[in-house]
Amino acid sequence: MNNRFTRRIALAFAASAALMTAAPAMAGDWKPQKPVEMVIMAGQGGGADRLARLFQSIIQKENLASMPILPVNKGGGSGAEALRYLKDKEGDNHTIMATLNSYYTTPLRTDIGVDIEEFTPIARMALDTFVLWVNADSDIQTLDDYVAAVKAAGGEWKMGGTGTGQEDSLVTAMLEKEFDIKVTYVPFKGGGDVAKNLVGGHIDSTVNNPSEQLGFYNAGKSRPIAAFTPERLAAFPDTPTMTELGHPLVYDMQRSFVAPKGMDPAAVAYYTAMFEKLNASEEWQTYTAEKSLAPDFLTGEALQAYFVEERAKHDALLGAMSEGS
Amino acid sequence: MELFAHLADGFATSLSPLNLFIVILGVTAGLFIGAMPGLGSVNGVAIVLPMTFIVPPSSAIILLCAIYYGAMYGGAISSILLGIPGASTAVATTFDGRPMAQQGKAGLALIVAATASFVGGTISVILFTLFAAPLADVALAFGPAEEFALVLLAFTTFVGLGGDDVLKTIIMICLGLALSTVGLDLISGQPRLIFFDQPGFYSGISFLVLAIGIYGVGEILYTIETSKSAPSVTPARLTFRDLWYGIKEVNKLWRTLSFGSFLGFFVGMLPAAGATPAALMSYGLSKLMSKKPETFGKGAIEGVASPETANNAASTGSLLPMLTLGIPGSPTTALLLGGMVMWGLVPGPMLFIEQPDFVWGLISSLYTANLAAVLVNLALIPLFVWALRMPFTVLCAIVLVLCIVGGFAPSQKMHDVWLIAGFGIVGYLMRKADYPMAPLVLALVLGPLMEKSFRQTLIAEQGNIVAFVERPLSGTFIAISVVFFLLPLLKYVKRSPRAQKVPNEPAE
Repeated sequence: MNNRFTRRIALAFAASAALMTAAPAMAGDWKPQKPVEMVIMAGQGGGADRLARLFQSIIQKENLASMPILPVNKGGGSGAEALRYLKDKEGDNHTIMATLNSYYTTPLRTDIGVDIEEFTPIARMALDTFVLWVNADSDIQTLDDYVAAVKAAGGEWKMGGTGTGQEDSLVTAMLEKEFDIKVTYVPFKGGGDVAKNLVGGHIDSTVNNPSEQLGFYNAGKSRPIAAFTPERLAAFPDTPTMTELGHPLVYDMQRSFVAPKGMDPAAVAYYTAMFEKLNASEEWQTYTAEKSLAPDFLTGEALQAYFVEERAKHDALLGAMSEGS
Repeated sequence: MELFAHLADGFATSLSPLNLFIVILGVTAGLFIGAMPGLGSVNGVAIVLPMTFIVPPSSAIILLCAIYYGAMYGGAISSILLGIPGASTAVATTFDGRPMAQQGKAGLALIVAATASFVGGTISVILFTLFAAPLADVALAFGPAEEFALVLLAFTTFVGLGGDDVLKTIIMICLGLALSTVGLDLISGQPRLIFFDQPGFYSGISFLVLAIGIYGVGEILYTIETSKSAPSVTPARLTFRDLWYGIKEVNKLWRTLSFGSFLGFFVGMLPAAGATPAALMSYGLSKLMSKKPETFGKGAIEGVASPETANNAASTGSLLPMLTLGIPGSPTTALLLGGMVMWGLVPGPMLFIEQPDFVWGLISSLYTANLAAVLVNLALIPLFVWALRMPFTVLCAIVLVLCIVGGFAPSQKMHDVWLIAGFGIVGYLMRKADYPMAPLVLALVLGPLMEKSFRQTLIAEQGNIVAFVERPLSGTFIAISVVFFLLPLLKYVKRSPRAQKVPNEPAE
């Protein structure tokens, strides 16, 4: 037993020594010279955070990068903090950023001097989904119950989210428009914080990503009401979609990686290849199936085109939202 | 009892020779990482995390927690010896640790810090063992209103306490709060107070930068001025008698220590707070409860013991929401969470049921890590104290270099280094004018949390400000805050000779 342990330790040192001397051969001739910073556009414990940390762990475990990847949370101001940070890193080959939809919504809403078209697209890993959640102690079982309860609350219904203009606030706005209801939107620092406040009874409902509520759901503390997806989610087969209930509300969130403006093309190729391998890994494929994510890999120019198109779409959505209120 | 059976199983894992070796290695590494300004447990855990794939998850988490614990002890070392907080959590330790060192009692201060850390760590691990599952519900019961009330409580303990001028304290708190609003607004994302359009201000002002500026650079300037002719070399000798004396001194403080442990554990447990606010709150409250509050800031043993107990207790406390709710209470626990995801463990309410081996292995290792940390720390104190014997002229330069490194390392921006220089000069001048610095640091640490929770509550309650008092938990905290705020006033009434003539006037 102990023998095996000591051997493992010895292996650990050998492996880390090997890491320092000979990096594994990767696409192209560029490779990182120091640890790579992975900026996360959200606070700790939320869906974006967990996913970014999962990516980091798979990269380390499968040895997809020759240097460690260090995740850094910069969740302030709906991701504005992270966007500003990436802008200041112009030309840096050792910074990548894990994005979500606030990648386009935040610069649209506030002038923070950031144009996302300047950034370098790396890879889109997945599209994440949204589900309407209530506390398991509540009497609400169906969407009809939910709408009735919100109407009865007369505008005092508390919907938790991660900040005005964030994905969940757009989904909330869609709900308000579709059902002609009014809620009070309470912003928190991250999806994990939102989930905790729902279970603690400080807010009445949320539109968390499945991965953010899964732990509480498994413990019987939160209840899914309806999913904002075209099809039912494999993890919640008994939860209807909004569409099948007659309300075609569908919204998803991209999970992508981008890099600062002016990154060396060789470095871009390196990271793209790294994420391609990550996308093909067994862990990632299992995870997407379990956590109701759609792996939808996209890179380069196609990804940039997708960003620009989504930005236009969100511009319209945000415009409609501010007219509504 | 089932609990003890689980714990016994856990010890079977953590007491294996390999894991014991790992613990000692981890705490020693952590101690040095923590002692280096600019490097804290976050850096230590981040560096080691990728290397842990090769050992089994239980050994890996034991190593990471040992580093975490060691760094918590180590932070106090540079706070005391050099006056620069070794880690953000040790900011409050500089308040009295540095004056003690200047009075030639560095060894005693280090002993007090180590033993107080041990007490805090141990009490909180016991609390963790007994109440981990039920306490998760307490963390859930804490909404924005409760967070606000708790922060308010922390502030009231700092206002108008013995020694400091009330008006100056309030001015410093207001200044700290104003500095805490610099950067991007948490709720709307709007930039605020971006001085001279410098992009560096977008990420706000880190309280560590302020603390290094004021306590590191400012302190050096002050010392240079006051000891121009005779640079003071701290006589540093340490014997077993000193050790025994230190432990006896700590023993007298059992009230401060047990209070600090409970407070630290509790504050650390709240996902939004963490070890730094816990240490500051503990410092404030122990000053409030002390019989000699006027000695605080001038080298009071309690002033070293209380924050050190609380920050160690808080580091254990912050493991609780990470394990039971999947929400990390501090940056370091966020990394540990990442590690757990890596090992295929799902933190959350089911972890205790699905992975008892892992959970109890971890809990039992906290006991061993704590013991190892205090022993290693005490053994190394003579070495640390010896470092103080170098001539002041040399030490002064080293401290300045460490200040710059400590400011640059976390953000890697020169912006922060200039800020440190600026704060150093301002801090030096303010100190000469007798302004207290601790409330400024406290306000910058707690300001963002206070603002966020205040606004969240008002949004959720449709602007109804009474909501803070209506909720039972937050109402209680606010009531206690009011009492604390009035307490010094009452003390004043009692002490003042005029009080007997006009007993009603100040109580108004």
